Amino acid sequence: MKIGLLASRIRVEEKLLIKALDKRGLDYDVIDDRTVSFDLARPHLRYDVVLERCINHSRALYALRILEDWGIPCVNRYTVADVCGNKLLTSSALAKAKIPVPEIRIAFTPESALRAIEELGYPVVLKPGVGSWGRLLSKINDREAAEAILEHKELLGTYHHSIFYVQEYIKKPDRDIRVFVVGDEAIAAIYRTSPHWITNTSRGGASSVCEISPELAELSVRAAQAVGGGVVALDVLEDPDRGLLVNEVNYTMEFRNSVEPTGVDIPGKIVDYAVGVGSGKIPYTPSH
Amino acid sequence: MSKTSECPECGEALTLEEGTIQGEIMQCPSCGVELEVTSVDPFEVEPAPEEEEDWGE
Repeated sequence: MKIGLLASRIRVEEKLLIKALDKRGLDYDVIDDRTVSFDLARPHLRYDVVLERCINHSRALYALRILEDWGIPCVNRYTVADVCGNKLLTSSALAKAKIPVPEIRIAFTPESALRAIEELGYPVVLKPGVGSWGRLLSKINDREAAEAILEHKELLGTYHHSIFYVQEYIKKPDRDIRVFVVGDEAIAAIYRTSPHWITNTSRGGASSVCEISPELAELSVRAAQAVGGGVVALDVLEDPDRGLLVNEVNYTMEFRNSVEPTGVDIPGKIVDYAVGVGSGKIPYTPSH
Repeated sequence: MSKTSECPECGEALTLEEGTIQGEIMQCPSCGVELEVTSVDPFEVEPAPEEEEDWGE
């Protein structure tokens, strides 16, 4: 078995994955997405499975498409990266699968976005379709702020900032839940606690263990399957009235702050899953 | 082989820690800037790439 670890830079997570690969005595290459080039018509990489860990969504997406077209199984699959890397596509897939999610409106002009915001009622959260780590999230508390933010978004320069993703603001406790799903199992979960409404650990949210209730496990696995399965991390909000709502799904999950509080060998489980896919023991359906 | 390098930002002397691998991201203990280990033999570092819009998990 030969494994490819496709990565941009070796962060704590990639180093832990490399340690897990070494510990199992597996044969692998680290493929640097800054130096690799692909000859589309002549497949020149030979791996039983590629574990994708790019930091750039666009590089991950296109590399996965090429590798899958070459017949190489990938963790995660191209379709999973495509859906999870775009909040609009994620929310649409979750809604289609009847997964409980916050109220969301999509609009294509500032005028229709403003109408959607007023229908939802303040406060709302405006998010970029593609983005991570809480970047460019706006909590909008009134009409004046909405008008200002929408005007600014139009001027940001790239077309995807004019695709308006509007979400109701959930009055959650000072925390959300991050659930790690590998295959058909919710393997670990943490609370991310912060006095700030953005609770990402990359923005200072503190992590602590969250016991996985049967309800949380069932919801998480269903949501993971709705976006195509594999190795994903879900952000779950606790609504005081409606209970658990799935907010986002991440396909190249970070876990450096989650191994210690949960006691779960997350990198080991990811590697074992990739090996299962590469060896054919875990069923694998190519994206196309 | 050289096991020492220098932070390109602040000039702090850096020592290669055991188990470091090429491509790894480290933080300068003096100025806190993110550095990428571009080589372990000899030990060389460069400022890590700046965050881009589609970075994330």
